[in-house]
Amino acid sequence: MAEVETKTALTQAELSGFITTSTTEVVSMMMGVEIVPSESFVQTVATAPASGIVSLVGLAGDWVGTGSVSCSASLACRLSSLMLMAEYPAVNEEVLDAIAELTNMIIGNVKTAVEERLGPMGLSVPTVIFGRNFQTRSSGSHEWIVVPFQCEGELLHVQLCLMPSRETGQTTRPGFPMPHVLSV
Amino acid sequence: MLDVLIVDDSAAIRKILQRVLRQADVPIGTVFEAGDGIEALATLRKEKIGLVLSDINMPNMDGLEFLTKVKAEEIWKDLPIIMVSTEGSQNKVLEAVERGAAGYVRKPFTADQIKEKLAGLI
Repeated sequence: MAEVETKTALTQAELSGFITTSTTEVVSMMMGVEIVPSESFVQTVATAPASGIVSLVGLAGDWVGTGSVSCSASLACRLSSLMLMAEYPAVNEEVLDAIAELTNMIIGNVKTAVEERLGPMGLSVPTVIFGRNFQTRSSGSHEWIVVPFQCEGELLHVQLCLMPSRETGQTTRPGFPMPHVLSV
Repeated sequence: MLDVLIVDDSAAIRKILQRVLRQADVPIGTVFEAGDGIEALATLRKEKIGLVLSDINMPNMDGLEFLTKVKAEEIWKDLPIIMVSTEGSQNKVLEAVERGAAGYVRKPFTADQIKEKLAGLI
């Protein structure tokens, strides 16, 4: 008798929901300000500001990927000031560290939500990039779920790219059902 | 007065936790900081620490390994260690408790959540 096994991975709506919940919780609790999500969208390349700050964190397990938080330098300084209760007129080591921790908390909480369906994942140490006229690229062509947020009059982007780890031999991507498995 | 050790690879979190500790209704003495479990163990061996707040995900030695090593030593068996981490799964919390954590606070946290955990221990 043939056995049929189906398993649905996370949809775009679910992932953007996790991102929205995590980001609003982190920003409201750690900074005490309102952050308002705009409509999420999917891109095959990550959105990055032409200048400003991009903070990246890796995820690894049965599913692998990258999460990122990006914003202008002025918003980064403002958020750091709120988080650390100090004034930061310009980006410095403390601002970069604050944004790294912001990314760690946002993507870390998304990871906790996602793990319930996709299995345990490790979280890398964040990497923060600050500068002007740069672009970010990931190898290959993958779908990024992008959630823009309005915060303190500026835009903050939280993005996530997740795919099955090649080692497990899985072939589906988030939002697509597993192939039917037949055994005789 | 209670000397406290904060263990986290994020200087921002160490700064926030230090501020929260100073605002809490507990007599805090000196607050020491460490960026990972290895630095934390070195500090514990030199100073008389009465309370530890530790992250889990850190380079070199993570918080769970640090917790296990501390609780393996007789002199530190009663040292309260509160884990403060983004790791929020029930499995991770249970693992920390089984290894001897006195409490667990998930990031993001409010000052009141930290104070509540301290009040229960001190």
